Amino acid sequence: MTETTGTIFIDGKAVGFMQGQTIMDAALSAQVYIPHLCHYPGLTPSGNCRLCVVEADGRRAAACTTAAKAGQQISNNTAELNAARKVITQMLFVEGNHICPSCEKSGNCKLQAMGYHLGMLEEHYPQFNPRRVLDASHPDILLDRGRCILCGLCVRASHEVDKKNVFAIAGRGADAYLIVNTVSGKLGDSNLDVTDLAANICPVGAIMFKERGYVTPIGERIYDRQHISDVAMHEHVTEQKGDKKR
Amino acid sequence: MTSGKSNEPGTRRIAIDPVTRVEGHGKITLLLDRDNHIQEARLHITEFRGFEKFIQGRPYWDVPFFVQRLCGICPVSHQLAAAKAVDQLAGVDRLTPTAEKLRRLLHFGQVLQSHALHFFHLSSPDFLFGFGGDPLRRNIVGVLEKYPEIAMQGIKLRKFGQQIIEAITGKRVHGTGTIPGGMNKPLSTDWRDALLTEMRDILQWSEQAVELNARIHATHAEHADFATMPTNYLSLVDKKGELELYHGGLRARYPDGGLIFDQFDYSGYQRILREEVRAWSYLKFPYLLQLGETQGWYRVGPLARVNNCDSITTPRAEAARKQFKAINADNLVHDTLGYHWTRMIEMLHCAESIQILLNDPDITGADLVAEKGDRRHEGIGVIEAPRGTLFHHYQVDDDGIVTRANLIVSTTSNNQAMNESLRIVANRYLDGQEITEALLNHLEVAVRAYDPCLSCATHALGKMPLQVELVDAAGVLIHRLVKNSDGRLSGQDGYLHNG
Repeated sequence: MTETTGTIFIDGKAVGFMQGQTIMDAALSAQVYIPHLCHYPGLTPSGNCRLCVVEADGRRAAACTTAAKAGQQISNNTAELNAARKVITQMLFVEGNHICPSCEKSGNCKLQAMGYHLGMLEEHYPQFNPRRVLDASHPDILLDRGRCILCGLCVRASHEVDKKNVFAIAGRGADAYLIVNTVSGKLGDSNLDVTDLAANICPVGAIMFKERGYVTPIGERIYDRQHISDVAMHEHVTEQKGDKKR
Repeated sequence: MTSGKSNEPGTRRIAIDPVTRVEGHGKITLLLDRDNHIQEARLHITEFRGFEKFIQGRPYWDVPFFVQRLCGICPVSHQLAAAKAVDQLAGVDRLTPTAEKLRRLLHFGQVLQSHALHFFHLSSPDFLFGFGGDPLRRNIVGVLEKYPEIAMQGIKLRKFGQQIIEAITGKRVHGTGTIPGGMNKPLSTDWRDALLTEMRDILQWSEQAVELNARIHATHAEHADFATMPTNYLSLVDKKGELELYHGGLRARYPDGGLIFDQFDYSGYQRILREEVRAWSYLKFPYLLQLGETQGWYRVGPLARVNNCDSITTPRAEAARKQFKAINADNLVHDTLGYHWTRMIEMLHCAESIQILLNDPDITGADLVAEKGDRRHEGIGVIEAPRGTLFHHYQVDDDGIVTRANLIVSTTSNNQAMNESLRIVANRYLDGQEITEALLNHLEVAVRAYDPCLSCATHALGKMPLQVELVDAAGVLIHRLVKNSDGRLSGQDGYLHNG
C-alpha cells in the first residue's frame, strides 16, 4: 500500500493523502463522497460543474482542482453546501432540456441521480428551453446537445485518453456549446468510435448509442441499483486498477 | 365563453365550462335556435397538446416513451401502438412468440385497469345514485360508503391490471418494456404465479360487473333512450372477425349492420380516413372518406368493438356478448350507455385472456427480441385502446430522426359522436332557459360514456368547477350557473346557494 504524505480532515474525519493528490482524489480514496458531475478519475480535473465546492480552511474551493494540504480542515457534507449544490443542479436542469420522463438516459443519468441525492423535488427556476442542434449523423452515436451540461468530460476523454480531439467547447458563458472538430461540424464526419472513452463517459443523455435506449429494464439501471456515491467510488477504484473504459 | 366561430343567425348559445369528473378540461356550448331547440352541441377541447409536433426531431426509438406521456390512464396503449410502428422502422415484421404474448398480456392488463377505472371510479356513481343524485355523494367515495363491495371490487380490479403493467414494464404508470423488435425483460415466474393466484376473484368480479350493467339496463328503461343514435362503427377484428384488441384488420359497419369495409390493412388508413378541422376545437373530426364529411362519422370503443365483431374468443365474454346483443334481437345496439355494459364485457374478456396467457409456457420465455432487418422510413401502428381505435403513424429520415407524426387517438374518432350525444341529451333535458345541476350532469354522463380523459391528462378527480352560461344571439348573458369545486352552486348574482 502506498504511504500517505499527510492528513486532511473532511467533516472531522481524518483522511490520508499522497503528495499531489487533490481533495477529491484523497476523499474518494478514503471512501468519502464529495458530489461531482465533471470529475472523472484519471482525467485532468476542470472544475466546471462546481458541485464539488467545499470549504477548505474557511475558503470555498472546488475539491477536484484544489490540492490537499496537511492539516486542512474541510467542510463537505453540510446543509449550507448541499443547499448550494442543489441550486446548481436545478440550474443545470433548467439550462438544458432535461425531460427525465422521456429521456432514454433516465435511471442511468448522473444529473438525475444527483437531483435525487440532493433532495431536489422541483426545478424551481424558469426553464430556458434552449433550441440546440441534435446531431444524428454518426451511424452509431447520437449527439443531443439539448442535454449537454458542458462538463467537458467528452472533450478531455477524447483528448487525453482516445487521442482524437473529437469534441470541444465553443462560445462563452450562457452561449457556450459543444462542438465537433470536423470541417462539417458533424459527428458523422469524425472518427469517434463506440469503444472510445469519449463515447462512453457522458454523465447525461447528450452522447448516447443509437437504438439502445430502454434496453435496460426499470429496476436494473445503474441508479436503480446503486447510489450515486457508490458509483463514484466504483469509478475511482476502477481507475486505480488502470481500466478507464466503462 | 367564445366559440371561435360566429353563431348562425337566430341562434343562442349555452356554454358549460368545464366538464367535471372528466379528466382534463372540456367545455360544452349548446346553440339554441329561436324555438329553444338545440341546433348544435359543441364539445370544445381547449387544451393544445402538440405531441405530433414536438416528437419531430427526436430519434425514433424514443417515440413509445415520449408519446405514452399523452395519458395517465392508458399510456400503455400509446406505448404499444408506437412500438408497433417502431418495429417497422427497425425492419421487424414479426416478434418472437414470447415478445408478442408479453405485449398482448400487457395490453390486456392495461385495458382491464382502464375499464375498471372508467366504470367503477368515474361512471358507476351516476348509475348507483342516479344522474340527478346529490353531487356531493355522486363519486367513488360515495360509492365506497354506500356500496363498499362494488367499490372495492372496482379498486381491486384496477389494481390487478396495474400489477400486470408493473410486472412487465417495471412501473404501474409510464414504465418501459417495448424496444424495437421486442421487449426488454421477461416475465418472472414469481410475478406469473402471484398474478395467477388472483385470477379466480378477478374473473368473478368481472362477471359480476357485467351482470350489474345488465341489471341496470333492465331496471332503468329510460337509459335505452339516453343519447341513443344509430351510427357507423369502426374497430379492429381478427382474421375470423372476432373481437381483437391488439392486432387485426379494420372493419366498419353501417348502422344497420352492413359492412362498409372489412379486414382492411390499417397501414393504408389514409385511404379510408380523413380528419376535418373545425375552428372551435383542437380536437379534429375524422370521417370515413367513402361516406363523406356529413355521413362518414363513426363511433369507436367498446360499443363499436362488440357491435362489430362476430364473436369473442373467450367463453364467458362471448356469453355476455350474446346477452347484450339480445336486447336488440342480435342487431347492432346503438344505446350510448351500452358503452359501459360492453366495457365490462371487454373487461371480462381481458380477465379470461390474461388467465390463458399466464398459463402459456411462452409467457416466461427468454427469447425477447427479433432480428432486425433493414431500417425503414415509415411505420404505422394501430391498436384498440380502451376507448377505441388508436392510430400512430411516423416517418423518419436516414439518421432515424422523426420527420412527421400523425396520431388519431380514440377520443378524436368519437368527437362527432360525443357532440351528437350532447345535442340529443340537451334537447331532451333542457327545460326552457333554466340551467340546472341535473342537466349539467346529464350532459357529463353522455361524455363519460365515451371518455373520462378528454385531454389525455390527469387532474384531481371531481374537483373541477362547472360553469354554465346562457347567452342570447346578441351575446347578452341571460343566465349563469356555476358549480364550485366544493360542490356548491353560485348563481347569476354571484352569491352562493345551497347545492
